[in-house]
Amino acid sequence: MIQNVWLIPALPLAAFLISGLLGRRWLHHWTGVIASTAVGASAVIAIGVFLEVLGGKTRTIVSLYEWIGVGDFRVNVAALVDPLSSVMLLVVTVVSFLIFVYSNGYMAHDHGFYRFFAWMSLFVFAMLILVMADNFLLLFVGWEGVGLCSYLLIGFWFERPAPYVAAKKAFVMNRIGDWGYTIGMITIFLVFNSLNFTDVFARVEENPPTQSVLTLIAIALFFGATGKSAQLPLYSWLPDAMEGPTPVSALIHAATMVTAGVYLVARSTPLFAAAGPALGIVGIVGAVTAIFAATIALVQFDIKRVMAYSTVSQLGYMFLALGVGAPVAAIFHLATHAFFKALLFLGSGSVIHAVGGEQDMRKMGGLRRKLPVTYWTMLLAGGALAALPPLAGFWSKDEIVGAAFTNGYPILWAIGIFTAVLTAFYVTRALWMTFHGEPRDHHLHDHAHESPGVMTLPLMALAVGTVVLGFAIGWPPEAGFIHRFLTPSVEIPGESEHVAEVGTIVVLAIVSLAAGVLGILVALAMYVRRRPDPVAVARAAGPYYRILVNKYYIDELYDHRFVDAMRALFGIAWAFDIHIVDGIANRLGWLAVLGGGGLRRVQTGIVGNYALTIVAGLLVLLVAYGGYAAGVFTR
Amino acid sequence: MSVSLGAFVAVSAVLFFIGTAGVLVRRNAIVILMCVELMLNAANLALVAFSRRSASVDERGSVFVVFIFVIAAAEVAVGLAIVLAAYRNRPTVDVDEIQRMKG
Repeated sequence: MIQNVWLIPALPLAAFLISGLLGRRWLHHWTGVIASTAVGASAVIAIGVFLEVLGGKTRTIVSLYEWIGVGDFRVNVAALVDPLSSVMLLVVTVVSFLIFVYSNGYMAHDHGFYRFFAWMSLFVFAMLILVMADNFLLLFVGWEGVGLCSYLLIGFWFERPAPYVAAKKAFVMNRIGDWGYTIGMITIFLVFNSLNFTDVFARVEENPPTQSVLTLIAIALFFGATGKSAQLPLYSWLPDAMEGPTPVSALIHAATMVTAGVYLVARSTPLFAAAGPALGIVGIVGAVTAIFAATIALVQFDIKRVMAYSTVSQLGYMFLALGVGAPVAAIFHLATHAFFKALLFLGSGSVIHAVGGEQDMRKMGGLRRKLPVTYWTMLLAGGALAALPPLAGFWSKDEIVGAAFTNGYPILWAIGIFTAVLTAFYVTRALWMTFHGEPRDHHLHDHAHESPGVMTLPLMALAVGTVVLGFAIGWPPEAGFIHRFLTPSVEIPGESEHVAEVGTIVVLAIVSLAAGVLGILVALAMYVRRRPDPVAVARAAGPYYRILVNKYYIDELYDHRFVDAMRALFGIAWAFDIHIVDGIANRLGWLAVLGGGGLRRVQTGIVGNYALTIVAGLLVLLVAYGGYAAGVFTR
Repeated sequence: MSVSLGAFVAVSAVLFFIGTAGVLVRRNAIVILMCVELMLNAANLALVAFSRRSASVDERGSVFVVFIFVIAAAEVAVGLAIVLAAYRNRPTVDVDEIQRMKG
């Protein structure tokens, strides 16, 4: 099965070509079936590959062909199949398949149906290349591919201004991050003369270059990761990306693409571990992003934006885990988050679908009887996000926060716990405003209807994952299946295991559970009993509330500091182009025009003048010949 | 008495310059054509005279003159046709007024 691993990305690629080329004219709604089938088949193969890796083939390289071969520098189009990539393959294909099925219902009435599935398939292809690659260059191909597809799908409804502005923003911010990745990759090439994970990591262990070079590489790669995974300072494209169709938000901007940065850092663990302060920076950025985004999520009213900031925050947790030396916990959280956050997004999509495109939670309320399946599945996902046992989020988040504590980062631990309170608060608030209370807009409420089976079945499937995934692979804590499975591929060399005592683990778990419960209780007190009343709290908080509503004015800050500066710079470049580059070409043109204008006067059109010229010329020739014959020129 | 070669050449030169002057100063297209004929015939006269002077048996110079007659006839035919066409286009044969090729 592992030898056929290339079928996993090949099937979505085929679906992309078929849907893209034949969809508009002939296939129409069949493109959805074709794409879903292809991704489903990929998922089946991914399960097979996973089982084989589980069976003991812990490191296989399946080379397709040699891509670049110059001297002893080789880059192959090759797949590295190890526990880490097989888990990623599994998560990507399974979640993608469910979202594809859901999209058949959600996008059914959209005139760009075939286009949607073509691009979604291309996205899955690129993502799979990203996680399979056995070298930094091939990974970068997938990296850019997912960025492109993200751009295309955020701007899917490009007839309206907001989506294409958001798409442009996402693309530009991703490009800024890619700049970091490129710097890192080039430095790796210069230092190691190889881009293979295997070679590079072996060299890092046996014969490392200087600390500063490694740190530069790690920081540059991490900067790339912040762009793709929406961390500070490059996070602000992700909330805007919610302008895309909801399944896109679920697949690309919650479950898969944004985890690429986490995957990159986890994959490069040996490099980061050897790079001195780099891991600390990763952890701090993750923790700060987690709490930063969670505070913004507290006060948003757009249901998708709450989820978007929540995603940024949860990705922060993953980087926190990587930073404190718990890559397994990061990947564990990545997997569980993929399920429950995709579910939250698809549930939000189901709600939006039911109320005719409305996304403002202030106009919802009381929808739980109208949308029972959506309600119950989202409740489970919300519980997972708030880290309630035994749901999936509890196990992975608890492990991250616990690792921060036991590995000696009490401040990061405290931030993690406080963020957990905020998380529980905003998810409770969002679910309450949407599903409970009195309907605030009766028109919307009366027309609300549960989504068709093609949409609710994926919700239920994801809900099953949300419930069982955590303890199925995470029990017992710190020694569960996922740890035994993943540790060989992401372990930090030379790092001694921080094995906490059982008592510590239990206390930490109780603290993080208490944090979640506290958040939920506060939210319920505010939104159910209205004591304190949220409006009064907002008024009392005054300026702080406004800062949160305006998202810390980060967009405005970027606009003023960077976008305007860039505009000024480009104004200078424009002037240079117009006046110097174009100027030279235009001046040369003028010269030709002026010269022609002068010579034009020679052509009088009067025959007599021509005859005179001929005779004059003849005379000159005669005189010259006469002189020649007389020997004037010879002496 | 035989006329000297210098006299032939002198007459030829005079005729040629009369023709050239006519081409340069006259404005009537037909007269210009006539002057061109004069120049051609001046050349013919010189050719015949040189042919006679060189004691060759074959009349190579005279044959050349016959060629020039033929070409002159063709030239007149074409030239008159152009003048006629120009006249139809615009009722004048004054070359100074026909300046449509002015750049």
